[in-house]
Amino acid sequence: MRRLSIVDVERCVGCMSCVFACARRFGEGGVAKSAIWVGSIGGVERGFRVVVCRACSDPPCAAACPTGALKPREGGGVVVDYNRCIGCGTCRNACPIGAVMWDNETNKPIICVHCGYCVEFCPHGVLAMEEVG
Amino acid sequence: MNPKDPLRRVLYIDLSRKKYWVEDRRDLFEEYMGGVGVAIKLLEEELPRNADPLGPDNAIVFAVGPLSALYPTASKTVAVFKSPHTGNLGESHAGGRSAIAIRLAGYGAIVIKGASEIPVWVAVHGNRVYFRDARALWGMTSSHTVGRIIREREPGRGFRTIMRIGRAGEKLVTYASVITETYRHFGRLGLGAVFGSKKLKALVVSGRGSIPVVDRKAYREAYKKIYDLLVESPLMKKYHDLGTPMNVLVLNKLGALPTMNLAKTRFEHADKLSGEYLAEHYLGRRLACAHCPVACIHLAALREPYVDEPYFFKTTFIGYDYEPIYSLGSMLGVGDPEGALRLMDRVDKVGLDAMSTGVVLAWATEAYEKGLVSSDDLAGVELKWGDYEAYMKAIDYIVEQPTEFYAALARGVEYAASKYGGKDFALAFGGNEMPGYHTGPAAPFSFLVGSRHSHLDMGGYSLDQKTIGKSLSPEEIVNKLVKEERWRQILSSLVVCFFARGVYKPDIVVEALRPLGYEYTVEDLENLGKEIHLNKYRLKVREGFSLDDLRVPRRILETPTPHGVIREETIRTMLDIFKKRIMAELGRV
Repeated sequence: MRRLSIVDVERCVGCMSCVFACARRFGEGGVAKSAIWVGSIGGVERGFRVVVCRACSDPPCAAACPTGALKPREGGGVVVDYNRCIGCGTCRNACPIGAVMWDNETNKPIICVHCGYCVEFCPHGVLAMEEVG
Repeated sequence: MNPKDPLRRVLYIDLSRKKYWVEDRRDLFEEYMGGVGVAIKLLEEELPRNADPLGPDNAIVFAVGPLSALYPTASKTVAVFKSPHTGNLGESHAGGRSAIAIRLAGYGAIVIKGASEIPVWVAVHGNRVYFRDARALWGMTSSHTVGRIIREREPGRGFRTIMRIGRAGEKLVTYASVITETYRHFGRLGLGAVFGSKKLKALVVSGRGSIPVVDRKAYREAYKKIYDLLVESPLMKKYHDLGTPMNVLVLNKLGALPTMNLAKTRFEHADKLSGEYLAEHYLGRRLACAHCPVACIHLAALREPYVDEPYFFKTTFIGYDYEPIYSLGSMLGVGDPEGALRLMDRVDKVGLDAMSTGVVLAWATEAYEKGLVSSDDLAGVELKWGDYEAYMKAIDYIVEQPTEFYAALARGVEYAASKYGGKDFALAFGGNEMPGYHTGPAAPFSFLVGSRHSHLDMGGYSLDQKTIGKSLSPEEIVNKLVKEERWRQILSSLVVCFFARGVYKPDIVVEALRPLGYEYTVEDLENLGKEIHLNKYRLKVREGFSLDDLRVPRRILETPTPHGVIREETIRTMLDIFKKRIMAELGRV
């Protein structure tokens, strides 16, 4: 299995190409459906943080889900069963790194599936896919 | 256009009545696409004839376009307003996160009118607009502090832009800038003063929406194609590696780098101001505007000791680009890179346009040398080429205006020279201070007739550099420049950064627009570019612009260019050709 990994966040220039790439998986423009986010750490001159699911082997979001909608994924992270999800937001609060994004249009979580599409659009070597497990 | 695209929504904000509303302006976006094409029409609607640029009747329009937030390098916002600096059409573009924030907040344009009685900042979060009390921020020394405070006070996950003014805008210096995301600017023509006159300290916009496209598959394919072209293009690499300061050595070698108020075109310390030197010794971080893989923004990390305590340092990040290096470096004879960086930082703190400030100070230095002004006029500041400490003080005085002379400098070099003499070496074109290109005859012609008085209108500086050693007829120059300016109207209606113009060729633009539901042909785009250009000229003429009374500063005819000495006759001939053509097209023969 592969997981998305942040190789060197200091190389990030804040272009957010990854954020837009993620939304394009659904064929949309904008960022409402993106599972990855880039923000400055208190002023752009200090650099950026890239927030995305890091594929925990024992994911707290899945442990917290009251309906069993989040199932641990082989190799780390989770798979969301949107039919079971009631949009309670417990998973979002359970993730200490803030990597459970929220889709306000459907009121359901957005969590990285580690497909690697964003990596193709990172021009400065911040992101990479790595083999796990 | 795609009927589901929120681009057609225009947000109107009335500062006098503290009201806001949204109008569906599909009419304008269908006809003029977006960006500057739509902005000009909105300004024409809002601006009463001969309105005072610093009165409540002036309007500010910010606009983005169909490609904003959908394609890479479509990262610029266009601002149009009536300029307090020239008294005519003002247009300025900036990147940062502004374009993406406006687009993802669900708007194609934002119109700001009226004036507040007390200082306010306005926050636009999606569909909500808030008027916040900015009295505690008014008069603050540094625009950076203002940005930090607002950043902490305003909620809003997602893309957020914080456009703010410094003291210069509050004090209505006619070339005050609006700063966005600390290192980008609506620099030219005084948008900062218009903000100040409306008591608008800042405009915050945040958005995190989505934009539907018509053909998802084609959209992804077109995106990938453009993205690959961008990251593989050599020009883009240059902008990323050294950024715009790569031009310093190029122009110096050509003898086109205005130095010491254009007495010279080569600067003995150019190597110390070069992109290469700055990158090697000071480059601390490179940044991108939102949705631009290029990352051309270069920040110097300037480490300075405090004199009162050993081992006590501060490190300041200072954005540098070719234009401020020219205007605050070579133009003022400042060859110490740290001195030039400090001047850039000061100009940003108070919120002035770097280019106009440098040219104004260069003129003031020469005027003082020639005895046109006294030490008293200068409030005791001994202006001298290369003395950046003196220039730091003078920048503060342009803002605070302790003497009549500084009050005159605060209105630009054209005005100051009309009061104190020295017009021959007052380097303004159409009332706006010159940019850093003494490349040949096409550049000054383009500064004179470019529809927003910017070197970026027509790219005259670029044509000059490409044609060294060749002699183009005045007719050829005019035709090439007009063609270029008209295409640039399309780029600034999409809105695409001009740095990516080599990638966004007409056929690529057609391909990018198609999945979004636009059926433009290359010919349609060319016609639209012409129409937008003429719309601008129509508005300019309405507001009193005339091609008959344009002043050519004598200095540019004295100092040789890489094309030799420019003859005034050459420029006048080009002006005649241009005038005949534009007036015929406007139906005013």
